Amino acid sequence: MAKTLEEINGKIRSGSVVVVTAEEVIGIAREKGVEKAAREVDVVTTGTFSPMCSSGAFLNIKQPKEKMKLGGGWITLNGVPAYAGLAAADIYIGATAIPDGDPRNNNGRPGKFRYGGAHVIEDLVSGKEVILSAGAYGTDCYPRKSREQKIGFKDLNEAVLFNPRNCYQNYNVAVNLSDKPIYTYMGLLKPKLGNANYCSAGQLSPLLNDPFYRTIGVGSRIFLSGAQGYVAWNGTQHSPDVPRSDNGTPRKGAGTLALIGNLKEMDSRWIRAVSYTGYGVSLSVAVGVPIPILDEDVMKTVSVSDEELTAPIVDYSRFYPIGEGEALLGEVTYAQLKSGSIDVKGKRVPTGCFSSYSKAREVAGHLKSLIQSGRFLLSQPVASLPGAKEGLR
Amino acid sequence: MKKTRVVLSFPPSNVEEPITYRLIKDYDLVVNILRASIDPGKQGRMVVELSGEESQVSHAFNYLETQGVGVEPLSQEVQHLEERCTGCTACVPICPTGALDVDRKSWKVSYDPEKCVVCLSCLDVCIYKAVEVNLA
Repeated sequence: MAKTLEEINGKIRSGSVVVVTAEEVIGIAREKGVEKAAREVDVVTTGTFSPMCSSGAFLNIKQPKEKMKLGGGWITLNGVPAYAGLAAADIYIGATAIPDGDPRNNNGRPGKFRYGGAHVIEDLVSGKEVILSAGAYGTDCYPRKSREQKIGFKDLNEAVLFNPRNCYQNYNVAVNLSDKPIYTYMGLLKPKLGNANYCSAGQLSPLLNDPFYRTIGVGSRIFLSGAQGYVAWNGTQHSPDVPRSDNGTPRKGAGTLALIGNLKEMDSRWIRAVSYTGYGVSLSVAVGVPIPILDEDVMKTVSVSDEELTAPIVDYSRFYPIGEGEALLGEVTYAQLKSGSIDVKGKRVPTGCFSSYSKAREVAGHLKSLIQSGRFLLSQPVASLPGAKEGLR
Repeated sequence: MKKTRVVLSFPPSNVEEPITYRLIKDYDLVVNILRASIDPGKQGRMVVELSGEESQVSHAFNYLETQGVGVEPLSQEVQHLEERCTGCTACVPICPTGALDVDRKSWKVSYDPEKCVVCLSCLDVCIYKAVEVNLA
C-alpha cells in the first residue's frame, strides 16, 4: 500500500482527506495497527510554538521622494539596530537585537531585556508603527543622508520572515549543578539541581515525526505563524549524524530547518516577542508541518509517542558554557519530563518547559482544519535535507 | 477561625508604630509576614497572613484604619494575564507554593491567588510578561 502526494492533494481538493494530529495518530496506530492506520490516514499534522532565537525579518522600505541608500549606513527601528549592509532599501531586523547601551547586567543584577528586535517584529505584525531612524553617506543617485519617521506595514514593499534556524529536532534538558542561580536561554536555573528546563513539543514536534527527513525537505509548504511559509533550506547547525534510538529519533539536538514566510500575512497570536531575564530577547514562532502518510514506514515514524522520545540532561553551569565537567547527566523521556519531575543524580527535580504544548496542539489542530477545508495543499520537496552522515558533524 | 491574606500600606509617619505587635497582643491574631518593605520616613508595605477570630480580624482592620494603614486583599497584587500566557510552564517549577500550576491534560497554566505569597519569583521567569505584580 502506497499513496502519492498527488493522490493526497486530490483528496484535499475533493474534501475526502483524512487528517489527524501527531498526538491523535498515536492512539489510532495503537488501536488499528500501523498497516490499517497508514491506509486510513492521509496526513498527520505536527506543531510547535517556542522561542527560536535564530529568527528575523527582511524588510524593504519604500523610498521617500528624495531617495536614500541605507546600504553602508545605519538604521534603527524603535531604537533597535537593524542590519543595513544590503541594497538601498533592504534591511534585516534580527530577533535578538537590542538597543545600544541596553544594560545586559546592571551591577550584577540580571537585565530584563524588555524590548528588542523580536518586539519590533511583533509590533509590526500587530499593526503598530515603529520609529525608523537612519543615516547614510549620500550619493548622486541617493542624496538623502538622514531619515526619521514612523513606519508600519503600509510603508514596506515586502516584509519577509526568514529564520536561519528553527524547529530543532530534539533539545537539551538544562540543569544547574553549581551553587548559584544562573540565567540562560533555557531560563532561570536554580542552584544544585533546583529545576530542569526542556524545550520541545516532543511527540508533536515536526522533525521528531520525520526523523530521517523523508517527507520534509527544501520547498515543503508549512504553517508559519499564521501564514503559509516554506522550508527554505536545512537550518544552520543541522547535524543529523547523532546517536539515535531504535525508532530512528535522535537522542539529542540534530536536524534543523531554515524557514521563510510572508510577515504581512502573520498573526500576532502566533508570533510573540519574549524577554529572558539575564539572557536577552527572542522570538516565539508557531510552526506546523504536515506529513503525508505515503506508506507504513511514514505511519510508524509519526506514531512515535513521548514515552519513546529521549532527551539528554546537560549541566548549564559548567559543561555547556565552558565544556568542563560531566558531559551527560543522563537521559529522560518526554513522558517523564511532562510528568512534572525527573530524577537527576538521585534527586527529584521539578521540570518546566519553554515550548508551549498547548499552543503546539493549537497549531497542529489549526493546520488540520486548514487541510480538511481545502485551504492548505501539501508540496513535494524540491531537494532533500542532508541526512545522517551528510550534515555537520 | 478566619485566615486572610492582605497587603498593608503604611504612611511614612506611621512606620515606627509597632503595628504588628498590636495585632498580636491586642487582637490575638497570628501574624505571618510573607513579605515586607519598611524604611523609616518612607511609605512601607507588608504582605501578611492573619489568622484569628472573625470579629477580632474585623476589629483589627478598624484599628488599622484609625492608624492610616491601608488594607487591600492580597489577590489583587499578583495578576496572571491569561491572554498573554502561552502555557509553556516555565513558571511552574519556580513557584514555591504551587499557585501557578499546570493541568497536565489541557496544558493550561492556572493561577490560584489563595496560594500566592507574592515572592515575585515568577516575574523573572515568565518570558511572555504574563504575570504582573502591583507591589511597589
